[in-house]
Amino acid sequence: MLAPNFPGRKEDAVRRVSITVNGAEHDLDLDPRELLVYVLRERLGLTGTNVGCDTSSCGACTVLIDGESVKSCTVLGVQADGQEITTIEGLATNGSLHPVQEAFKDTHGLQCGYCTPGFVMATVSLLRETPSPSEEQIRHGLEGNLCRCTGYHNIVRAVQQAAGVGV
Amino acid sequence: MIAETRAEARDAAELVQVEYEPLPAVVDPERALEDGAPIVHDDFGTNSCYTWKLSAGDVDEEFGNASVVVKERYRQQRLIPNAMEPRGVIVQPFPATGELTMWSATQIPHIARVTLSMVTGVPEAKLRVVAPDVGGGFGSKLNVYAEEALALVLARKLGRPIKWIETRTEGYQATIHGRDQIQEIELAATSEGKIRAVRAKLTVAMGAYLQLVTPGVPLLGAWLYSGAYDVVAYDFECTGVFTTTTPTDAYRGAGRPEATYAIERAIDALARKVGKDPVEIRRLNFLREFPKTIASGLTVDSGDYDAHLDAALELLDYDAVRKDQAERRERRDTKEVGIGFSTYLEMCGLAPSRILGAIRYGAGGWDAATIRFLPTGTVQVLIGTSPHGQSHETTFAQIVADQLGVGYDEIEVLHGDTAVTPLGMDTYGSRSLTVGGIAVYKAAERIVEKARKIAAHQLEVGEDELAYDGGRFTANGGALTTKEIALQAWTAHNLPDGMEPGLEASYVFDPENFSWPAGTHIAVVEIDTETGNVDLIRYVAVDDVGKVINPDVVAGQIHGGVTQGVAQALWEEAVYDDDGNLITGSMVNYLVPSAAEVPSFELGSTETPSPTNPLGVKGVGETGTIASTAAVMNAVVDALSARGVTDIDMPATPERVWRAVKEVAS
Repeated sequence: MLAPNFPGRKEDAVRRVSITVNGAEHDLDLDPRELLVYVLRERLGLTGTNVGCDTSSCGACTVLIDGESVKSCTVLGVQADGQEITTIEGLATNGSLHPVQEAFKDTHGLQCGYCTPGFVMATVSLLRETPSPSEEQIRHGLEGNLCRCTGYHNIVRAVQQAAGVGV
Repeated sequence: MIAETRAEARDAAELVQVEYEPLPAVVDPERALEDGAPIVHDDFGTNSCYTWKLSAGDVDEEFGNASVVVKERYRQQRLIPNAMEPRGVIVQPFPATGELTMWSATQIPHIARVTLSMVTGVPEAKLRVVAPDVGGGFGSKLNVYAEEALALVLARKLGRPIKWIETRTEGYQATIHGRDQIQEIELAATSEGKIRAVRAKLTVAMGAYLQLVTPGVPLLGAWLYSGAYDVVAYDFECTGVFTTTTPTDAYRGAGRPEATYAIERAIDALARKVGKDPVEIRRLNFLREFPKTIASGLTVDSGDYDAHLDAALELLDYDAVRKDQAERRERRDTKEVGIGFSTYLEMCGLAPSRILGAIRYGAGGWDAATIRFLPTGTVQVLIGTSPHGQSHETTFAQIVADQLGVGYDEIEVLHGDTAVTPLGMDTYGSRSLTVGGIAVYKAAERIVEKARKIAAHQLEVGEDELAYDGGRFTANGGALTTKEIALQAWTAHNLPDGMEPGLEASYVFDPENFSWPAGTHIAVVEIDTETGNVDLIRYVAVDDVGKVINPDVVAGQIHGGVTQGVAQALWEEAVYDDDGNLITGSMVNYLVPSAAEVPSFELGSTETPSPTNPLGVKGVGETGTIASTAAVMNAVVDALSARGVTDIDMPATPERVWRAVKEVAS
């Protein structure tokens, strides 16, 4: 097993940060190299945010930072200090799904579901910026997220339905 | 490297210095068969892994007498499956009992258990494999991997839980790849274009080692190189070749997209040679009477190929698109339009166990279901198939709700846990509904049979006097619902003499035949001849997958399958350099399409129920991938054929298209 003086353990480099996640404030001691996605998943137990690639290509880890969609595998936890983060777990209110979540469900906009939290968060952000997008705007607006199951057809329908109800 | 955190494991791995001795590489299967090629396994003295042949009818005579012979050569580039969830495994040992529980992102918890038990020596009964919600597979998780065995052995040795999660780059390098074959196909035809015989020869890269189904994958297409067409003679030969690359294995369609691609491209080449429209030549050659034993020896269950072709042409408005194509050519438009057809025939629903035995698969092709009525009137459906995005919970609950007359929401479909479900054969090869779904249907029939006996006993009538509808038995003004009977069966206070208490039934279904979906897919591409860019502007698909249980689920499978096949035609390619390094090692340079690259799909359907199962269903999980690659490449060639281009390698990247256009112009 590991030697106690392991070179990766730089306790003196740990930084205290304060991050608000889904409305709750968390004071955390973070290793500077910890990615935000692992802070969310492993420190806070918010495993709805998924990791799909190593190269910020797939968007499975998309969350909102101060309302804008960000790939949380490309953000260091310490960079989120003082910011407000919304994850997929923070969208439903009083047990009711967010209209974007409802729309993905209604239109069969997911199959295996692994990319879905990222797509939902990216859609929330897209509709905030462009409330009534054309199909082309939807397709280009979501091109940072990859899905291997749906061929995107029903994801586009989901975004259209969500836009129709005015998110 | 084992550590308590990911960061520690990574740091520790960096302390390990490895000295590698590079061995000579050979990444191309044809090159690997040449004299003097580096030998992957010295013991064998050759890179040839096997040659497998299938022959029927007098092929040589047909080719000797043929007025027209078409000879084509195609390359099926190597693909990387790219399930969105990387693989991962966690093993929890229970040292007090010797039991081990493995959670694995796998398509095959049941096959994994028996295989891992044999590999590690952990007794099968002590090993529980759980495949919870799995994030896609497409064949890449239809395998038993070294990491699963390692995690199991390490957890047992250390007495502590072991977790391993794949990075995407590790996935690209070590999770199985798909395709990677050279195809040579010849058609012998009359001067009108009626195909008499097909000869197909494959050279397929196995990779350096054989994974679970590696050598069998190209053979799943062995019967299909004559496609949906009626021929009298057939010859198929496949040589598997060791290469210094990642193993190939099942990737969505597994052998059948390759076969469909070859015959659908070749029939277009034949159409050009005899001066016929691609629609006309297909109609001239379609299989028309069913059930039909095809030249390669299997029997197609049912179909009506003119019906789906007609429906697709109407959906497309074929004449209008041809007119647009002609007008662009007339005005020398730099943007050409091409129309590509794929009138595919597929065999799926793996599989009749006896046929698997004949081609030396290691297991059967049956599947199982148990249905258990609980005392409160809710229902558990335990299935041996193992979904990872195919909506089994939805479709199977519909089947059970219909038969037992209980609410859809009162049914719980449980899967992917060897401690919970009956022994099964898992999910791949578009088998879940056509095999596992039939087991569910038959188990539900058994529930109704038993419930009828209890109802007859309690209502004091003969069984044949009972009417049954919507979960309710009625006779002589008396009535009992299945839910009421479930409680009666549980209390067992008033059952017929000798009847076992409880309302639970199981069924294991072994199909008598494959199922044979077919359809017409039409791709329309616009090609900018100045840049080589190919834009897929329309995609029409009319599929006959037999009886449809849930139209949304079926459409979703087709959308996703089509997109994967389109991606092979236009974007995806795994590339090794001559030294054997994978140079497309991440999503940055292996181009998985986004929403921006594909259009909305225009779907239609026709229905010829399969006569070989009681639901009349055929598989749908792979149809889209099987059909679409050929449709898109036929469209690309169709767009440029007037300029003299007759072939472009996949993927049809802007560079390849641009070069092809330049070459014919000069």
